[in-house]
Amino acid sequence: MNMELSRRQFLKGASAGIAGTTLGALGFGDIEAAYATSIRPWKLANLTETRNTCTYCSVACGIIMYSKGDLKKGEKADIIHIEGDPDHPTNRGTLCPKGAGLLDMVHAKTRTMYPQVRKPGSDKWERVSWDAALDRIARLMKDDRDKNFVAKNAEGVTVNRWLTTGFLAASATTNETAWATYKVVRSAGMLAFDNQARV
Amino acid sequence: MTNSWTDIKNTDLVVIMGGNAAEAHPCGFKWVTEAKANRGAKLVVVDPRFTRSAAVADYYAPIRQGTDIAFLMGVINYCIANDKVQWEYVKAFTNAPYIIKEGFQYADGLFTGYDEQRRDYNRSTWDYELGDDGYVKSDLSHPRSVWSLLKQHVAVYTPEMVERICGTPKDKFLKVAQMISECSTPTKTMTSMYALGWTQHSKGSQNIRGMAMLQLILGNIGVRGGGMNALRGHSNIQGLTDLGLMSNLIPGYLAIPTEKEATFDQYMSTRGFKPLRPNQMSYWQNYRKFMVSFLKSMWGDAATAQNNWAYDYLPKLDVPSYDVLRAFELMHEGKMNGYFCQGFNPLLSFPNRKKLTAALSKLKFLVVMDPLQTETARFWENHGEYNDVNSGSIQTEVYELPTTCFAEDEGSLTNSGRWLQWHWAGATPPGEAKHDTWIMGQIYQRLKKLYEKEGGAVPEPIVQLDWRYKDPNQPTPEELAKEMNGSVLADVPDPNDPTKLVLQKGKQVVSFAALRDDGTTACGCWIYSGCWNEAGNNMARRDNSDPLDLGTFGKWSWSWPVNRRIIYNRASADINGKPWDPTRPLLAWNGTAWTGDDVPDIAPAAKPDVVGPFIMNPEGTARLFTRGMMRDGPFPVHYEPFESPIANVIAPKIRGNPASRVFKGDMEQFGDAKDFPYAATSYRLTEHFHFWSKHAQLNASMQPEFFVEISEQLAKEKNITSGGWVRVWSKRGSVKAKAVVTKRIQPLICDGKTVHIVGIPLHWGFMGETKKGFGPNSLTPYVGDANIETPEYKAFLVDIESIPNGPVA
Repeated sequence: MNMELSRRQFLKGASAGIAGTTLGALGFGDIEAAYATSIRPWKLANLTETRNTCTYCSVACGIIMYSKGDLKKGEKADIIHIEGDPDHPTNRGTLCPKGAGLLDMVHAKTRTMYPQVRKPGSDKWERVSWDAALDRIARLMKDDRDKNFVAKNAEGVTVNRWLTTGFLAASATTNETAWATYKVVRSAGMLAFDNQARV
Repeated sequence: MTNSWTDIKNTDLVVIMGGNAAEAHPCGFKWVTEAKANRGAKLVVVDPRFTRSAAVADYYAPIRQGTDIAFLMGVINYCIANDKVQWEYVKAFTNAPYIIKEGFQYADGLFTGYDEQRRDYNRSTWDYELGDDGYVKSDLSHPRSVWSLLKQHVAVYTPEMVERICGTPKDKFLKVAQMISECSTPTKTMTSMYALGWTQHSKGSQNIRGMAMLQLILGNIGVRGGGMNALRGHSNIQGLTDLGLMSNLIPGYLAIPTEKEATFDQYMSTRGFKPLRPNQMSYWQNYRKFMVSFLKSMWGDAATAQNNWAYDYLPKLDVPSYDVLRAFELMHEGKMNGYFCQGFNPLLSFPNRKKLTAALSKLKFLVVMDPLQTETARFWENHGEYNDVNSGSIQTEVYELPTTCFAEDEGSLTNSGRWLQWHWAGATPPGEAKHDTWIMGQIYQRLKKLYEKEGGAVPEPIVQLDWRYKDPNQPTPEELAKEMNGSVLADVPDPNDPTKLVLQKGKQVVSFAALRDDGTTACGCWIYSGCWNEAGNNMARRDNSDPLDLGTFGKWSWSWPVNRRIIYNRASADINGKPWDPTRPLLAWNGTAWTGDDVPDIAPAAKPDVVGPFIMNPEGTARLFTRGMMRDGPFPVHYEPFESPIANVIAPKIRGNPASRVFKGDMEQFGDAKDFPYAATSYRLTEHFHFWSKHAQLNASMQPEFFVEISEQLAKEKNITSGGWVRVWSKRGSVKAKAVVTKRIQPLICDGKTVHIVGIPLHWGFMGETKKGFGPNSLTPYVGDANIETPEYKAFLVDIESIPNGPVA
């Protein structure tokens, strides 16, 4: 894939030259230059680069995520650094104050980690398995749909709508997620369907 | 955006009004800087606050929030009065010369056909007069031509009237109008950059129309460095809108049927799109092909000619839409039982938080799928004054399902400039977090099994949904993207040579031009057709070459439609097909075809003096007068916000937008200036993104605490010190905040009265790394735009007082 025409290979070949020229021009002394030379290839050689897009606004800045471990090789991958993609025509390597904090978003303490349920009247969460949560959700949906589905209106026109359950879709998910979501929500007959276009 | 971020470098004048790109879209704003540095472009900012966009502007003019239409109609009035009109463009490419029906009128802020009871219009007179040949009559000098009516309509918006309504001093308004009017020459272009500052009003759609009309009059649509550029908020809000994840939409801006359209034939009968002028493309004539291909992608083999392609499986609307305001109204009335929030935090996003909490408390079940712990998922949890609820009295069963974030997910996002960019996953999801596609797949599989096993209410649309993915538990991004692009379901022989095929079964269609209405093609979203065709994943293209150095980047990712970078681009050339500006060529007619640096937005062989550039309109021209397409008028009118510090000067009896929907009980919750004297507005900070970045340590450190921003004058009047505590309240709620006293906000004089502005940023809640705080939605009114129901967040009334013995920190 053309995205794999990577900067890493380019920099690997060029790093010695960079240490000798650019860094020197920036005022690095011999010791700093030698140190920079010693860590630069190490850093890149041990991390996996992945192209992604900033999750915030619709400028859609290109980013490069650096991870320990390579997902494509089936390894556990942990992002340790994110920076702007210099090849990207819009942001040309820059990130704004929002985008500069992306790493902290990925590793936020308040990430959701496992399914939870809050039962009626309760003041606390209880952890549940995915199967238990999904089985229960499907049951709640079906019971509500069966009870309230409007197959025909008063004039006898087929309207096949389900108005008592609604769905808000996420405007930071991919188009592919959106399409899968569309199919499931519409085929069930839901009309209270919306996204963040208005807010 | 009609254009793209990188195209902004081609402009001569940037007008930022209804947005604040320097702070909200900083890396896109760099193209404004490029235009200024390399082309000598000027930047004009019109905003109630002296924002950071204003700080680097060549000219700044203040304006009272909610009065943009008066300002824009004032500029149009100025351009007409001073003959600053791109006449060749206006005469050939807009509906200015068309004659409007006798009986159409405008008086006292209302158009013909208003029904006060229904807060709605009978729009039958808002249309063209047709000749015996079925085509629109055209005569620019006719007293009922669009141009004549427009001239009359804007005449009231004199510079004096603009000052009276907007509070913009006359000299400042005239300076801006003069700078804008210079862009009426064929070789000077202006770009409009706007965002929620224009949309979040009860007349948001008309704000944008006002600028679109001005851009047409200046000849700035379809050209490099021009256009209407909506700076959209979320990373894929454009994509979700394109894909129709809204109450009344089908992917690609097709419409969910209403119950009046009982059959597919009835549905199609009003969608013939017969050209209204001779020889026009009227591209929506292909509607049926897109619709049938969509239905085939939904229900596959179950969608047949015999059952009208499963038309009955689609839900039919009985009201214009079940938008979020209506959904929460129904919830509040106890008429909804279940609700899903997929990456959405409505408790902080929708207006009148008290009403939202009451509404959510009436649900039987709520399912939240999110990578972050949202306030909505915890609406039942007591957080003291920040969420003062009694958990024991709330009977809603709530599920919180952990999802992946961007870093762990693969797929495409559509940016403001309509570029679909593919990205790759680089991290292992934390804990038990799952992809949204997996969750949707799981919910669907379970629901389907229950219906297969137990039967129930009309199971067919569910059990017959086309879900032929390799692993039905988790469709892959590649499978879904290919489905959106569309494919061939059966061989289509060439009518001229039966030994050949036009389309071959199993292949991806090359673009929407290949789609058919006979069931031989499927396509999830016609405008995305071409994104993943037989050439592969075009969204993953990363060739950043730009041969003309004009910011086109035609080989980077893929943009809809058909990789076109500037829509309406045929309008970049004159009636003979010659570029208006030879230094910024986009397309040109070479005698037999359109050629250039972009994919032509017209049939390649369509003669320039015959076929108009606005191919989606049956007229072939753009609309200064929008016929009956908008609920609140064919021209924009200045209406005050529902909560306004002054009465409407041009129509004193009208409160708000007369065509906006107001639910019972919400009208009573609007406040008046005598009780709530200050004009409040909401905005965003450069350090934060909505309610997400408060979960990120870096951003939480930069802006840790909720505040409100007021002028030095108001602070003095109300004895408020900078950094001191204040209480701000409206008729719907009250918040406590630190006061930030600045020179960035100045009082305005409107209709002779001093108007103080209170700025309320929006990023705080009770979860995450920041201090706990409030959002403007504790205060804002429950009313939306007349056309699309975007809540009026940008203009409402509050009162403010100092809290003398507030907390120390």
